[in-house]
Amino acid sequence: MENRKVISAIVENKPGVLARVAGMFSGRSFNIDSLSVAPTMNPDLSQMTIVTHGNEAVFEQIIKQLRKLINISKVQDLTRGDYVDRELVLVKVKATSVKRGEALRIVEIFRARIVDVATDNLTIEVTGSQGKIEAMLELLSSLGILEVVRTGTVAIPRGRKVSRTGDTGD
Amino acid sequence: MKISGASILLRSLKEEGVDTIFGYPGGAVIDIFDTLARDFSQDFKFILVRHEQAAVHAADGYARATGKPGVCLVTSGPGGTNTVTGLATAYMDSIPVLVFTGQVPTQLIGNDAFQEADIVGITRPCTKHNYLVSRTEELAKTIKEGFLIATTGRPGPVLIDLPKDVVQNKVKFDYPKTIEIPTYRPNVKAHPPSVKRAAELIRLAERPVIYAGGGVITSGAHEELFKFASTLNFPVTSTLMGLGCFPATHPLFLGMLGMHGTFRANMAIDRTDLLLAIGARFDDRVTGRVEEFAKDAKIIHIDIDPTSIQKNIVVEVPIVCDAKDGLSKLIDELKIEGRSAEADDRLKEWHSQLTAWRNQQRLRFDRTSEIIKPQFVIEKLYEMTKGQAIITTEVGQNQMWAAQYYLFDHPRTFLTSGGLGTMGYGFPAAIGAQVAFPGKTVIDIAGDGSIQMNIQELATVVQYKLPVKIAILNNGYLGMVRQWQERFYDKVYSHTDITVAPDFVKLAEAYGAVGLRATKSSEVEKVIEKALETSGPVIIDFIVDRDEGVYPMVPAGAPIKEMILV
Repeated sequence: MENRKVISAIVENKPGVLARVAGMFSGRSFNIDSLSVAPTMNPDLSQMTIVTHGNEAVFEQIIKQLRKLINISKVQDLTRGDYVDRELVLVKVKATSVKRGEALRIVEIFRARIVDVATDNLTIEVTGSQGKIEAMLELLSSLGILEVVRTGTVAIPRGRKVSRTGDTGD
Repeated sequence: MKISGASILLRSLKEEGVDTIFGYPGGAVIDIFDTLARDFSQDFKFILVRHEQAAVHAADGYARATGKPGVCLVTSGPGGTNTVTGLATAYMDSIPVLVFTGQVPTQLIGNDAFQEADIVGITRPCTKHNYLVSRTEELAKTIKEGFLIATTGRPGPVLIDLPKDVVQNKVKFDYPKTIEIPTYRPNVKAHPPSVKRAAELIRLAERPVIYAGGGVITSGAHEELFKFASTLNFPVTSTLMGLGCFPATHPLFLGMLGMHGTFRANMAIDRTDLLLAIGARFDDRVTGRVEEFAKDAKIIHIDIDPTSIQKNIVVEVPIVCDAKDGLSKLIDELKIEGRSAEADDRLKEWHSQLTAWRNQQRLRFDRTSEIIKPQFVIEKLYEMTKGQAIITTEVGQNQMWAAQYYLFDHPRTFLTSGGLGTMGYGFPAAIGAQVAFPGKTVIDIAGDGSIQMNIQELATVVQYKLPVKIAILNNGYLGMVRQWQERFYDKVYSHTDITVAPDFVKLAEAYGAVGLRATKSSEVEKVIEKALETSGPVIIDFIVDRDEGVYPMVPAGAPIKEMILV
């Protein structure tokens, strides 16, 4: 049984750390569906959100292998609890005058935004969970999608839990 | 007072108790070599190898033989890339080695400068950790971290890359007494509830087997293992890496398990109801078809590396800890003081089964053969060194015969590339062991293929008067591959005949070593005697039976009990 998993990792903000993580995944034939990295409030640490899939045994290995990397401070499987995940997507769609109205309706329904307009196309910014993004892209595809740029998922645990500490526990 | 990065490096090594460095000079490390000769010639024994790969294997051999980290110093570019096989070897077998590489000056990094290689990038997947030191101020701290990481937890190699300007710049030297790496805290203490659960299973076992691996040696847990096994009367099998962790001559020792394990050990695994795995990782060469490995057993797995647990096999009781701590706690929990009659009674049937298996099928070969049988050579080496030698091996048939026929009673006396299976490992590893123990007999059991992969080190042993003995089991084949071709590839011997080879006796002499040869069984004892009497390095070229194979053999992917016995 293969499941989508969202991992939150706090890593040291040092050169080569991303390469260590990416190399571990490729070297052990683990999947990365998306990966995003940015500094945290503490400039010495960065936050990585990794989306992967695999069966439970593979996933257990992924978590353990991540924890084994020296520069990794904390690894959390967000899919074990409640979490919020979001992705930002920029979509350039065909929008000739005939289709423009439909494009605008879809934008409104999904609470997306138009961020650039040209004579025959629109660029839409949309933020949301995986499900919302997929649904919107499907609707937009009928208009003709010219280009899609995605940030990859970022995620945070719900409620009082926090993912930002310095220890190696879970 | 400010001192150069080169001096900081060497003073830091002294602080870490390093007394031996294996290496090879070059442009990027010329300052370090200069400082070594001018200011530190009394502090370190420097062994100039003839190829950087050998420097890492020698440091690895030194580390395996002593338990202390081995240290290498090589130059940038090809100096670094030549260490890759050595690093990968040490990484797979969890050996603490520190490799210091030169690097082009920081302002040239990324410019494709002369002898530049991204060695940190190249070695990331084959080191436990690695560093590029970008400022001299960070050098001492990085070295301290490197030693901590290499030697603690599950040990492994660490590479530290030193740009030339970092080595030349001068700063104040202050070596940290201790260091904390907040993101690195290996768990060494066993979790008490897990120990309790394990103890409950141990008390109930009727057909127990201890499956001991290299981790027992790494953690120095051999005495605890001995106490545990001998008082509970539990039989012990060992992996290739674990040989020596339990005395091979002890009646409870079943021999090695796995692809070329003994009949008895593999049958015991097949039938056991309680498998206690200690410092072993269920490698595919051990388990055969993993679904059928110890299929009737509850498994307790003690290992310091959480990634080793539940990786290849599902276990009932995982205990993440150092083997020594885990075994001590189990001993305490079980309140083992002496043998109990009740326990002996419970295991009686099992022991008689184990004896029956031994009698049914022992390791054997034709002892009457006039053509030298390779196993005969190993047996003679064992007898004539009274089992007290440090044995290194190359990889292939020579390695398996050494594992089967030399009986290792002590840890750190069998040095072999288990995980990576590196041909060319044994000779330089023997150099490392001999440097560490000048008075001991050190023998590299080699094949005619493997020995040619680092044969250049003959110059090193001659230069430093290291009395390493090389026993070549010369069958003119890449024998293990040939054995597979014979068994599984319709005897299509694709490129495994290597009869075109140097005359090893003349080759030894050309380097200034002694060369001996035996061509029939009756000569074996004589040449071994002569070699052991010789105070310098010796090659013994044993012309052995070309068709001899290593048996028992479990075909790759077959259940462990399905052995080809021959």
